[in-house]
Amino acid sequence: MEKTRASTFLEEVGTMPGGKGVRLCIQCGTCTASCPSATRWEYTPSGVIAMVRAGMRDEVLSSSSMWHCLSCYFCTVRCPRGVKPTELFHVLEGLASQHGYKARGTRTPAMYSSFVKSIKGNGRVHEFGMMLRYYLKTNPLAALTMLPVGLKLFSHKRLSFLPKKIKGREDLSKIIQKFREVRDKS
Amino acid sequence: MERRIGVYVCHCGSNIAGTVDVEKVTEFAKGLDSVVVARNYKYVCSDPGQNLIKEDIKQLGLNRVVVASCSPLMHEPTFRRACLDAGLNPYLFEMANIREHCSWVHEDSAMATEKAKALVSAAVRRVYYHEPLETKEVPFNSNVLVVGGGIAGIQAALEIADSQHQVYLVERDPSIGGHMAMFDKTFPTLDCAACILTPKMTTVGQHPYIRLMSYSEVEDVSGYIGNFKVKIKRKARYVDEAKCTGCGRCEELCPINVLSEFEHGIGKRKAIYKPFAQAVPNKVVIDPQNCSHLKGLKGGKDVCRLCQKGMEKKGIPGCEAGAIDFGQEDKTVEVEVGSIIVATGFQQFDPSVMYPYGYGRYDNVITGLQFERMSNASGPTRGEVLLADGRKPESIAILHCVGSRDENYHRYCSRVCCMYSLKYSHLLREKVPQASVYQLYIDMRCPGSGYEEFYERLQEEGVNFVRGRAGEVTNIAEKPEEEGKLMVVCEDTLVRRKRRIPVDMVILSCALEPRADAERVARIFSLGRKADGFFMEKHPKLDPVATMTDGVFIVGCCQGPKDIPDTVAQASAAAARALAMISTGKVEIEAAIAVVNEELCSGCKTCVPLCPYSAISFDEEKKVSRINEALCKGCGTCVAACPSGAITGRHFTTEQIVAEIEGLLV
Amino acid sequence: MKYYAYYPGCSAEATGAGLGVSALAIAKPLDMELIELEDWTCCGTTAYGSLDESEAIVVAARNLALAEKTGLHLVTPCSNCFLTLSKANERLKEQPKLMAQVNEALAVANLEYHGSVRVRHLTEVLVKDIGLEVISTKVKRPLNGLKVAPYYGCQLVRPDYGFDDPEFPHSLDRLVESFGATVVPFPLKSHCCGGSLIISEEDLALDLMRKLLANAVGNGAECIVTPCPLCQTNLDAYRGRVNSKFKTNYDLPVLFVTQLMGVAFGIDGKDLGLKTNIVPAGKVLANYI
Repeated sequence: MEKTRASTFLEEVGTMPGGKGVRLCIQCGTCTASCPSATRWEYTPSGVIAMVRAGMRDEVLSSSSMWHCLSCYFCTVRCPRGVKPTELFHVLEGLASQHGYKARGTRTPAMYSSFVKSIKGNGRVHEFGMMLRYYLKTNPLAALTMLPVGLKLFSHKRLSFLPKKIKGREDLSKIIQKFREVRDKS
Repeated sequence: MERRIGVYVCHCGSNIAGTVDVEKVTEFAKGLDSVVVARNYKYVCSDPGQNLIKEDIKQLGLNRVVVASCSPLMHEPTFRRACLDAGLNPYLFEMANIREHCSWVHEDSAMATEKAKALVSAAVRRVYYHEPLETKEVPFNSNVLVVGGGIAGIQAALEIADSQHQVYLVERDPSIGGHMAMFDKTFPTLDCAACILTPKMTTVGQHPYIRLMSYSEVEDVSGYIGNFKVKIKRKARYVDEAKCTGCGRCEELCPINVLSEFEHGIGKRKAIYKPFAQAVPNKVVIDPQNCSHLKGLKGGKDVCRLCQKGMEKKGIPGCEAGAIDFGQEDKTVEVEVGSIIVATGFQQFDPSVMYPYGYGRYDNVITGLQFERMSNASGPTRGEVLLADGRKPESIAILHCVGSRDENYHRYCSRVCCMYSLKYSHLLREKVPQASVYQLYIDMRCPGSGYEEFYERLQEEGVNFVRGRAGEVTNIAEKPEEEGKLMVVCEDTLVRRKRRIPVDMVILSCALEPRADAERVARIFSLGRKADGFFMEKHPKLDPVATMTDGVFIVGCCQGPKDIPDTVAQASAAAARALAMISTGKVEIEAAIAVVNEELCSGCKTCVPLCPYSAISFDEEKKVSRINEALCKGCGTCVAACPSGAITGRHFTTEQIVAEIEGLLV
Repeated sequence: MKYYAYYPGCSAEATGAGLGVSALAIAKPLDMELIELEDWTCCGTTAYGSLDESEAIVVAARNLALAEKTGLHLVTPCSNCFLTLSKANERLKEQPKLMAQVNEALAVANLEYHGSVRVRHLTEVLVKDIGLEVISTKVKRPLNGLKVAPYYGCQLVRPDYGFDDPEFPHSLDRLVESFGATVVPFPLKSHCCGGSLIISEEDLALDLMRKLLANAVGNGAECIVTPCPLCQTNLDAYRGRVNSKFKTNYDLPVLFVTQLMGVAFGIDGKDLGLKTNIVPAGKVLANYI
């Protein structure tokens, strides 16, 4: 991530490509109204935006709110100001994970982590491996309750034990490594 | 003759002097050919500044003046007048724009100063070749055309007619009254719209100086300020206006029932109809799309005609005035006027394009104008607020900003919706006192006289104000108590909670938008349009009713959404402007126009179709082109196109332009 | 013959196996050559973008670079891959600085990307490139009388790509009708199923899925048809969890649109991966197979 010399949280978020809509918000609440998961957010979607503008960095980044975003884009399509809230919430997720914030009350960051590890390790998502790692890390007991679903998927030939390690995965690692170097330089 | 040029460099406060070194420019100007004096001053456009110029003209015998300051659009008339006052022909003056073209667009001081010097040098060289020119005057026709018979047009027409000048009022619909005639009560005073409007409508209908042409449209406008020729199509009513008494018998007899435009689709009318009971003129009109007889005539059949024949068996006679005339045809009428006031109004945004709000899918989601008609005592429900199935609603939600403040539809705020939404809440509290009323808003905009107080009143009347724009309206229930209701889903942003509010009826406060045919109308009257689609005024602050076409004014909502007080004020403003021109009786024609040297003209006619203002005509006898001085705007198209070089653009001669270019390059 | 660079996406080989198999099966009769992109890697999905915005783009960019070499349109049957690859493509084209950084990184694998690829969803290709008329001519077993709820999911139509209406689309409806089936009204047709959050926020996702199932069944659907592998897995594999949480017994099958298309084309169920469907589709499709 580019090192920002932003003096406010608003600037920090607003200068990232996905976050530039944050300045345009008129707090109409359409995003919250359209969000299928809004009732489970710690702060409502438009509330999070208000907090960004108020500079409440710690509260926002340690919150579980944006991790409930389903990327369904209803908010983006209906926002009267073109804020693109979905992208904005992904930016906040990125800032939170890169600055080491552990969101209370959500396991989604751990799931995304498992996804990404699987991609880096295999070149493609190995769904079984990813889910196993996720459950073991967050909630081993839940893995047992998920057994029936897992077994069904196995028996219907929709899951494989072993990952398919593709040739391209080494290239991918090299590319990611180089990209990090290039990005940190700038 | 010896040229004696004076150069005046303006500081314009710090606008110019902050970037351009005005002292250096002045020194530079002193060294230019034929420059007798060069000065700089803080504000040359001010009285003392102008006096500098005037004194120098008199004392130093200047015969050419250059002012290096702002854009000519700002102050060319100011300085031309100053020259004239001092006895110098105003066309012996030139401006160098070292503000908008220099100090305001550059940051590098040194380079901006060099550029300013070049601009001054160009102006000095050019003005050397300026010739004195005289403006002409043409007589000003005192007739006025008012287009549109809503409150804006009515007000303008009455003010001009009361000054005893002839007004032609053209209205597209069968009756004047516009949108205001559809309203129930008006905010914030809760006057009944019809009660305050109908007296004016009646006066218009009877005024000796107003010729009302209803059910008519302007087809073409030609000419220029003071002398417009207007073609108006008088659409066929199929009813003789002179004979019709407005008794309404024909309406009773007509068997065809269709949705009424005036009732916005919640009520019906007959194929022969008056749009509403207080229509002016109080005459009926036949709708050819739905009249069985008129439709039958196309196939050579003679059907119905109950309005004309009556029902013999029931002993009800047809039109006793003999006013029905199925053979009537559209007519074209030509009038001559000196000024035109365009008051064509707005249309309501159609919310069917906003899928989530359910307009057109759910019966009980209605628009603001539909609610006006429902609430109106002379509307289809006799003023009762009813659901589609005839029941009274137990709860109603009013949604603000439908189509406004929305980059997907209209970015602008429609200005009146907060107020009329408050009005609807009040009417609902009055008519269905046991019902819960919700108003979902983003902001409450109540700027006018008595407006904020009206908001306070509605808070006292127990309306539930929810600060949150509705995300959707849905009938899909998530809990048993939601069955059979419409759920308005929003975030109550003040408590930061998502809410699903179950209601029976939803009223959408829709945007005011430009009419669908605004493009066509703009072309007819040579109007510009702003980015939001409304007609463009000459200057948004200092000249809101004039347009770039001299003699044509725009008033009311066709210029932008506004309430009735502002509309009436604009109408009076335009009337005053028209009357001012009428009282001088003449209009000045700009002198910097094109002129044909008939000896050089070869009669090739290349110029004639090129003129964007249709100012060039061809004299078939002499075989030469002739330019109408009043229509010509001096654009230069014909000058450039003429293969014989027979046309000169006064004040833009080749000599002058080449000199200007040289001045820049040297 | 229409040629496309085919990007199956990770699910197409696992939980979305039915989609992977049936997509290839219907391509043949429609004269579509879906040439699998060599050595493609995961697009990154929403997950990568949430953890690292720009790194996610370079992960997607590798695939765009591979596709660019073929000179063909990049077609994917997975809605999430479509969204992720399209977004990355857009960002790269809008930000020359980022494009330069990405290309520096891609260079270590001898790849480069110039922004010329067109990313497309298989459904869009079927509707626009092939066309409903041609598709209906290939129908050997018209699905007359089959009541279908067409389920778009979110990322096929949002954010607005100009392909279909983002709130109330209709292209899938028309596609299903071209198989001869009857499309039932389905107001929630583009509402979210919960997506990958079925794993970490199961309660939320189950709520959303129940609403969808209730809406489809309430409007008379005998089966649901969808183009998206995540949606299909959720509504199919997790059906038991929905039924047990809400004490319901929704049993309507969820088919991939390419599976239903294959049935209508008369292709053998084996070749359409019908055995991978967990909620059995046999009864509902009995008249047509």
